[in-house]
Amino acid sequence: MQIASNKKEIIKPHKSLFDLRLIELWNYRDLLFMFVKRDFLASYTQTILGPLWFFIQPIFTTLMFVFVFGNIAGISTDGQPKILFYLSGLVIWNYFSDGLNKTANVFVSNSGIFGKVYFPRLIMPLSIVVSGLLRFFIQFLLFLAIFCYYNIKGEVTFSFSTALLLLPFLIILMAGFSLGLGLIITSLTTKYRDLSMFIGFGIGLLMYATPVIYPMNAVPAKYLFLVQANPISPIIETFRYAFLGSGMFSVLNLLYSTFCMAIILFIGVITFSKVEQNFMDTV
Amino acid sequence: MSKNAIIVRDIWKQYRLGQVGTGTLKNDLSRLWYKFRGKEDPFLKIGTNNDRSKKSKDDWVWALENIDFNVKEGEVLGIIGRNGAGKSTLLKILSKITSPTKGEIEVYGRVASLLEVGTGFHPDLTGRENIYLNGAVLGMRKQEITAKLDAIIDFSGVEGYIDTPVKRYSSGMKMRLGFAVAAFLEPDILIVDEVLAVGDAEFQKKCLGKIKNVSSEEGRTVLFVSHNLGAVKNLTTRCIMLEHGKLVNEGKPEKVIEEYLRMTTLPENTFFETKRINEFWGKEIRLTKITPIFSGGLSFFHFGENLQFEVCFQIHKCIVDKLRIGCTVSTLDERPVLSMMTSAVIEADMIGNRNYKLKINNLRLFPGSYKLSLSIGIGSFQETRMEFDVVRDALVFNIENLTESGNAVYNWRQDYGNVLHDHVDLQIS
Ligand SMILES: Nc1ncnc2c1ncn2[C@@H]1O[C@H](COP(=O)(O)OP(=O)(O)OP(=O)(O)O)[C@@H](O)[C@H]1O
Ligand SMILES: [Mg+2]
Repeated sequence: MQIASNKKEIIKPHKSLFDLRLIELWNYRDLLFMFVKRDFLASYTQTILGPLWFFIQPIFTTLMFVFVFGNIAGISTDGQPKILFYLSGLVIWNYFSDGLNKTANVFVSNSGIFGKVYFPRLIMPLSIVVSGLLRFFIQFLLFLAIFCYYNIKGEVTFSFSTALLLLPFLIILMAGFSLGLGLIITSLTTKYRDLSMFIGFGIGLLMYATPVIYPMNAVPAKYLFLVQANPISPIIETFRYAFLGSGMFSVLNLLYSTFCMAIILFIGVITFSKVEQNFMDTV
Repeated sequence: MSKNAIIVRDIWKQYRLGQVGTGTLKNDLSRLWYKFRGKEDPFLKIGTNNDRSKKSKDDWVWALENIDFNVKEGEVLGIIGRNGAGKSTLLKILSKITSPTKGEIEVYGRVASLLEVGTGFHPDLTGRENIYLNGAVLGMRKQEITAKLDAIIDFSGVEGYIDTPVKRYSSGMKMRLGFAVAAFLEPDILIVDEVLAVGDAEFQKKCLGKIKNVSSEEGRTVLFVSHNLGAVKNLTTRCIMLEHGKLVNEGKPEKVIEEYLRMTTLPENTFFETKRINEFWGKEIRLTKITPIFSGGLSFFHFGENLQFEVCFQIHKCIVDKLRIGCTVSTLDERPVLSMMTSAVIEADMIGNRNYKLKINNLRLFPGSYKLSLSIGIGSFQETRMEFDVVRDALVFNIENLTESGNAVYNWRQDYGNVLHDHVDLQIS
């Protein structure tokens, strides 16, 4: 408290696009944790099944995928057990789409508190990313449990690959994408409300352009460039490659993905901090 | 005492009027294009002075123009002005809710603000969690907040609901907790915008007391916006007045408030024209002017002084009966205090202008600001009566807490009413 006390502070219009005040975020870390806690708890308080919900959604979606895409449509799962294949895609995709969905609404859903007290607005989307990570780890545990089960049954064999070491990096990529895209979208929706209509089904559509329900190497060569142009594809493919040993792993694709993430995140943070200044005037 | 807590330098704030979201893409693109080429934003040039009653031609208005002032540490600064003058906008900029379009402010210390109705609470969190949240917003650590927790809960008087989500609170309860949080988390600068309006009388009093305490005993700086001029006068050590986004007056609270009252009572000759509720009034006899007559060049009445006014009116048509004048005194918040009537002495046998001196004797009005409504007509309260002209809120005047012999009135509370009457006898029966 005494640190902040009597410290001089200047309030003025942000002249430069790059005046991001990122250091300020550190002083508000307590607040970040509070929001994370709230976000995490709020997702299952007032529910009967409580934290079980973290498992129910991926389990049922996976079963549905197995049924529809695996059994009815007969889409290849690259020789992997269907459940494991879909679940591996889903845990990653869920993290991305949940985070994106929530971040895309930060301004609108928090206008009440944004209008009354100041804190670096970026804290809000960051808290969504972090609480999403907690959820991701829980679902990842589910994946590991099922992975072990198939290992014991002998349907997959685990062999340590160096790609496993990339896991933290994949998570960072994933977080960066959902944060960056979310920031761009939320900034734009404050002015162009049509976007919020689009985002709902846009995310759903994007999933089909990402190798979640199909492996990349089952894509006809003609359309492969489309899926490869999607910078999220390499994340899922690498994840599968690390655990299941299948999928297209290429350093080049991963670099491309990293590059895209950096640009999107950069644009996102800039637009967000631009919009943040006067957002309350137009809400 | 002499250190600056806030230095406001040449602050401007531009707002866009109308439905935002239409046609903005084009504007935004051209704006970006200008910015990209390093030219000045073309939209900053347009925009007119902000006047709520006139429809502006431009889409952009300046809600604040060229605001410059300082606040010293430990000072209680009152900010007054009419609706739409820009008070809340200024406080929002100071609280970093929105940023200024031009200009710069230096702030020394932590700022806690209570902005208009509604508080910085998260509706899904409980009262207790929200206290922590607000503390964290102020940059406080957990232990520090815990140390203040009991005092906050106690002051707010919402113990019973402290573990209930804030969305279930009444607006008054939210305000109570909000005020307690802001006042007890010991910010260096406390900003209060018109929030006391929703609290009940008891809590309002408690808040005003606390604000006074925060500044005089804890030495913190307070910025206080209110339309309750009495509270502003009691609480503040200095006042600024905004009008159409400009700072038009600054100085001692009494002086600025008086000026404000004078400005809100429109220029004398046009004044009556705007205050007639009804076209019908003022056809035969027309009130044109009322001015208070103060003793010794002052601009207020002493407590207990005989109130004197000069009343001017025109007779357009001769009336047989003698005319009398009636008046009603009410407080600024529209509570009528009393009505009275003169005896019928005015001859209306000639067309022309008349000036009369209206004397109200032995009326001991409690110190404060009052409004006077005026009527002219025939008849009285006991018989049938008829008014020729009625002017509501013709004048605002002040009674100082000072008798003509220089004493102040103590031991008087607002809930005793507004008139002190001392011709009361007691006899053994
Ligand atoms: N978000 C906004 N968009 C456009 N105009 C705005 C916005 N906020 C405020 N204004 C305008 O700016 C002017 C100043 O408003 P402000 O709320 O500061 O007035 P105020 O002095 O607090 O008035 P009151 O006494 O009614 O609270 C008003 O004309 C108002 O219409
Ligand atoms: Mg206001």
